[in-house]
Amino acid sequence: MTAAVQVRALRHTWPGASTPTLIIDALDVDAGQTLFLRGPSGSGKSTLLALLAGVLVADGGDGEVRLLDASWRAMSAAQRDRHRADHLGYIFQQFNLLPYLSVIDNVRLPCRFSARRRQRAGSGAAERLLERMGMDASLWHRAAGVLSVGQQQRVAAARALIGAPEVVLADEPTSALDEDLRDAFMTLLLERCAEAGSALVFVSHDARLAPRFSRRVDLTTLNAAATVAA
Amino acid sequence: MTPLLGLAARSAWNRRFVLALVVASIALSTFLLLGIERIRQDVRASFSQAVSGTDLIVGARTGSVQLLLYSVFRIGQATQNMRYASAQALAGHRAVAWMVPLSLGDSHRGFPVLGTSAAYFAHFRHGNRQSLSLSQGRAFGAPGLFEVVLGAEVARRLGYALGQPVVISHGDGALTANDHADKPFTVVGVLAPTGTPVDRTVHISLESMEAIHLDWVAGVPLPGLKVPADQVTQHDLAPRQITAVMLGLKSRAAVFSVQRDIQSWRDEPLMAILPGVALDELWDVVGLGERALLAISALVAVVSAAGLVAVVLAGLDARRRELAILRAVGASPRHMLALLALEGGWVTLAGVGTGAVLHTVALALLAPWAQQHFGLVLNAGAALATQWGLIGALLAGGFLASLVPGWRAYRLSLADGLSPRT
Repeated sequence: MTAAVQVRALRHTWPGASTPTLIIDALDVDAGQTLFLRGPSGSGKSTLLALLAGVLVADGGDGEVRLLDASWRAMSAAQRDRHRADHLGYIFQQFNLLPYLSVIDNVRLPCRFSARRRQRAGSGAAERLLERMGMDASLWHRAAGVLSVGQQQRVAAARALIGAPEVVLADEPTSALDEDLRDAFMTLLLERCAEAGSALVFVSHDARLAPRFSRRVDLTTLNAAATVAA
Repeated sequence: MTPLLGLAARSAWNRRFVLALVVASIALSTFLLLGIERIRQDVRASFSQAVSGTDLIVGARTGSVQLLLYSVFRIGQATQNMRYASAQALAGHRAVAWMVPLSLGDSHRGFPVLGTSAAYFAHFRHGNRQSLSLSQGRAFGAPGLFEVVLGAEVARRLGYALGQPVVISHGDGALTANDHADKPFTVVGVLAPTGTPVDRTVHISLESMEAIHLDWVAGVPLPGLKVPADQVTQHDLAPRQITAVMLGLKSRAAVFSVQRDIQSWRDEPLMAILPGVALDELWDVVGLGERALLAISALVAVVSAAGLVAVVLAGLDARRRELAILRAVGASPRHMLALLALEGGWVTLAGVGTGAVLHTVALALLAPWAQQHFGLVLNAGAALATQWGLIGALLAGGFLASLVPGWRAYRLSLADGLSPRT
């Protein structure tokens, strides 16, 4: 089984910056693994997520990021977009949904851009996922904008998971939730990832969530650049 | 493109209020452009329809446009008259089928008075070779003394009916002392509307014209000489001078040889013009104004395209979150360009479509009114070829304009990636 994510000798310097934002020698995430990346703001987590998602490509050196054994660097921009649509789910901190689409259409959004996800999802997948995320059927056809923050994050998780992508990236998805909602959300997210067989890379500064994951890494130790800066 | 079609529509619907304003502005500029083009073409058509079937217009030597202006459009004054004897000689020319004499100069309450003969009602043609027809009464007879036939607009504007007494003013009627008040006329007929200067003309016979000027010399009433209306028949009413003549030829082929004959007329200096040629010359002058109008409305269209760009660009910053979400689910920056271009395209299409419908409706509603008040015949029928051209140009322009915010969205989504800087 190939690794879901492989990072090797990664260095990234933003244009105009004198020192690298990110230096990671190696990071591997196995298929189906759940990884808790603990990182306070300023630890380069946004940069790392962008690099993992292939929206950003490392600027130089021979370091690389591979998703399902395919190197982002080796792909053209169009190939990266297709690869991301086919194999990656992404959950933002908040404001995950397009307010003008209904809840169910937001969940189906990745299927618009990926035939593979559409086929893997089959019919009724969005409904099943929403149900499993505890979303009442009466909300499915409402505009996404009217949902509470907790509901929005659950819809976002359903969207990230539709068509069972191999990797789900989550950027502090619980930071806007209070404790009860957070725990419920984490349970649902981890259950669904397990069901779909998706590896989860979860970035957060909230150490209380860490015990729920199969593996924990501290970004400040992982990122050599952060250590230097600190 | 396909994943975007529905998205673009929903996203646009979400911002429908602002976009509706843009659609309205594009609709108005489309309406303006199409309307001006329609009026331009139809004014030109009714202009060129003021006279038809007349092969030559003859008058004393002057400019050809001047001769056309006063003989057909009753604009301005003739500087010189021609002899009626010449007109009669022309009528006898071997190539000439008919002759209509025109004598101008007097007016009635601002409407020009035309002295002519019964041949006018028989031979004058306008539009697509349509002859004059009477909506009420009859034409004046020969000599038809003190009988008047009104153009449709004169009758309508002054509220005249058959039997109405009419006093002709000398010249433009600026001096009431110059009224031919001693010899009132009576309305015997009213012409049907033509959409030409005929509608604004008061027609009398040449003999009547002569009769009201019996006791006048050099443009003023002669003191001590009064010819009462009931005694005019004792005088010679044969006209001596007229302003111009319309000629119809037996064969159009002879037009240039007859024109040459007239240019070298031995008894007096005359000129003959082909109405179509003179109309084209005249249109070259008038055309400047209409081209300016068209240019202004084209500018209005450019401004509304700029409005489209401004509104969409201004809204784009608020949509950076939307772009990031789409990027995260696998949309490419090119999708963003397409999304924005698609939106601009639809907004333009909606605007131009609305404007075109508005134009058609307005045309149908206003055509009778324009005909009645301005004598302008607006064709409410199918769109003109030039109008289709304008519609195409507006659509292309709007779409090209919407590539500007499209390009900006492309750049933004490249720069922002998954973390929009809002």
